[in-house]
Amino acid sequence: MRIGIDVGGTNTDAALLGDDDRVISAAKSPTTPDITSGVTAAIRALDPPVDQVSAVMIGTTHFLNALIEGARLAPVAAVRLGLPATAALPPMTDWPERQRAAVGGHGYLCHGGREFDGRPLSPLDPDELRRTAADIAAKGLRSVAISSVFSPVAEDDERRAAEILRAELGDGVHLSLSHELGRIGLLARENATIVNAALRDLATHIVESFGKALAEVSVTAPFFLSQNDGTLMDVDFARTYPVATFASGPTNSMRGAAFLSGLADCAVVDVGGTTADVGILQGGFPREAAGESEAAGIRTNFRIPDVLSLGIGGGSLVGDDGETGPRSVGYRLTEEALVFGGATLTATDLAVAAGRADIGDASRVAHLDREFVDRALARIAERLAESVDRMRTSAAPLPVVAVGGGSVLVPEALPGFDDVRLPGNFGVANAVGAAIAQVGGEVDRVFQVPDGKRESVLAQAREEAVGRAEDAGARRGTVRVVDIEEVPLAYLPGGATRIRVKAVGDLDLNHIKTGAARHA
Amino acid sequence: MHLDAQALTDFARGCAVLGSGGGGPVADTLPVAAQAIEECGPVPVVAPEELPTDALVLPVSLVGSPAVAAERIGGRGEAGRLAARVEQLHGRPVAAVMCGEIGGQNGCFTVSWAARLGVPLLDADSIGRAFPRLDQNVLELAGLSPFPAVLSDEYGRTVVLDDVDGAFLEELARPVVAVFGGRAVSADYPLSAGQAARHAVRGSVTTALALGRGEDLDPVLTGKVASVQRPGDGAASVLLEGTGGDAGRLVVLRARSEFVAAMEDGRALALVPDVIALIDARTGWAVPVEEVRYGLRVRLVTFPSAAVWYTEAGLRLAGPEAFGLAGLKREVAP
Repeated sequence: MRIGIDVGGTNTDAALLGDDDRVISAAKSPTTPDITSGVTAAIRALDPPVDQVSAVMIGTTHFLNALIEGARLAPVAAVRLGLPATAALPPMTDWPERQRAAVGGHGYLCHGGREFDGRPLSPLDPDELRRTAADIAAKGLRSVAISSVFSPVAEDDERRAAEILRAELGDGVHLSLSHELGRIGLLARENATIVNAALRDLATHIVESFGKALAEVSVTAPFFLSQNDGTLMDVDFARTYPVATFASGPTNSMRGAAFLSGLADCAVVDVGGTTADVGILQGGFPREAAGESEAAGIRTNFRIPDVLSLGIGGGSLVGDDGETGPRSVGYRLTEEALVFGGATLTATDLAVAAGRADIGDASRVAHLDREFVDRALARIAERLAESVDRMRTSAAPLPVVAVGGGSVLVPEALPGFDDVRLPGNFGVANAVGAAIAQVGGEVDRVFQVPDGKRESVLAQAREEAVGRAEDAGARRGTVRVVDIEEVPLAYLPGGATRIRVKAVGDLDLNHIKTGAARHA
Repeated sequence: MHLDAQALTDFARGCAVLGSGGGGPVADTLPVAAQAIEECGPVPVVAPEELPTDALVLPVSLVGSPAVAAERIGGRGEAGRLAARVEQLHGRPVAAVMCGEIGGQNGCFTVSWAARLGVPLLDADSIGRAFPRLDQNVLELAGLSPFPAVLSDEYGRTVVLDDVDGAFLEELARPVVAVFGGRAVSADYPLSAGQAARHAVRGSVTTALALGRGEDLDPVLTGKVASVQRPGDGAASVLLEGTGGDAGRLVVLRARSEFVAAMEDGRALALVPDVIALIDARTGWAVPVEEVRYGLRVRLVTFPSAAVWYTEAGLRLAGPEAFGLAGLKREVAP
């Protein structure tokens, strides 16, 4: 049995899944500031046979929220290897003021870096790095982000710089290296690395809190954290790369929704109180956004699910013209909606008036003009369908799975989409998404692809991705490649091509046991 | 007129439109320009006539792979070093910087150079849009010499090309840029303010600002991307389906590095050298060819580029046939 937990901003959701992946029990409890008591309350509500639980998977928005609030972040030394190139834009110059102030804005430009094909560009200067280390020590900074030009192609400079800095600053220093976190595009990769460095202390604290919570309810099974892409990381990894959890919320919710409806390829419409989030699942994984993403106003290049949000939710206000949203009563739905005795016409009132939902007191919406109600609901359906249509990647028929508290707004068929499903247990889709997570491995870098060698280069990349998944704890033989992307780089010789391969496999129980011993 | 931090975003948005889907991602050079303005102050924009006729104008453009430029985001000293080398070759000081290519990421890049050199930016450029080849510019059409052309990088590595014609410059510069690691700054077709007044595309910076504010942009079609095909080599074919008032209309876009044709019912709505831009209905930013994907809600915008591109010589250098669009001929403008 496995327990999936999703620690959201408002609620902590939990689901207990059997070895046959059936949902045995589900629970919701309020998220608490101390983390621990919310998690223990959710697990107690599940009432699991603790000795039969083999693993616990946790998704959390803590790290993203910390960045948005600019709180609980550690000061960081951002060391960039690239001089004399890259000096035109020092680290963190285009950050929002709040986040820059929170991490201290300490940037260091040093020599180093590579060409796109791995040739050295500017030699690393160990003395310069030692002087930098002295300044870092003098400022009392304990977390360092190192980024080097073209490190996704050649990581050597970042590794050497890390060794030098560690020798100067001692083993207690946290080092975050950009080639382990991001892709081509120096600024976005560097930003991700700095954010990661700023979250390292918080990661240690949160991992400890989760461990404590599990111990309190006598769960001794190892636990894992959900990553952006819907795969798992173990506790060591979570302490080192907290930034990889950033987008796990929508990913878990989408994967859970698809799983509950038995689909691997579908659109997911997650309707909450204020917004409806639309995403696409391909082969059981969310389609990821192309290009760069922003986190709290900072350009990063994490792989995050491509989600389109529109301002329609259960608490959305309905205007006299029959248009719904984007304003919403939000969590005050149970006071302000007509069906709860309030004075505000909300989308939920429409659903009750139309007989689609049994929420609150239906007699309070009996006076609504039926034609108006139908027209407003049809308009909501039209806008949801438009968003799904915008997100799909081909004109082929696509099933739509609706989840979330506001999914009563989604009719049994949407214009252009005949197959709409509302699975059971949809309220804890995100916790289920965490519980079903697998283990992944990824390769994403620039390869030289000489004429006629494309197949062998691709094979090499696939092998590497599979190997990484196995190293991360996937059972041999279960690992399959789920995504391959090839982008030839314009205006470069030698067939320079960015190749990205992602592989996933089932969690290896034996690996879990050795892992548990390691983390104990 | 000055380009300050506020005007810069409008300018960048306009440059993205003028890129006609090419010219490199503006998002990579906008922060570089913002930083240079923050450090060195707003950049004065002047018409060529405001300078003495023999004043030396430095035309600059980033050449090579945008992917490399996304790693090597530019040094602090490279503008000064390249300008010094050009001044040495010409024996007089650089009075202003001119954008070698207003479309795409070069617009903002040039602003950063003007700021760092402390000289005005000319309200003009060498193309009036984006084109892939170094010799596809209006100074070539005017018979100006590309030499001495100076290529250099952040490390101070510099190559001077003498006695080359436009086609040879293109041929020679590519391997040089490759040896530089796929990114260099090129100062080619050096010219005087008087020559810029006569031959460059006039008012480019003003045009970009106006486009960025959303002026002069009546869409040819409002719709969504219905399919994208990429047969390779940077070529792409995009099917647009009209929505709302344009429901039932189908428009096919063909792209090389840029969008080069917009076809409806076998008829060309627009054809290179026209600017053809897809504006993302949600963000208001023009979408680069490589980022177009199914489902995107867009406005198709087209407009003619500089008049000189529609002469016989202009069409030979950068008309439909130069982009392999066999059978799509453009009439020479009267």
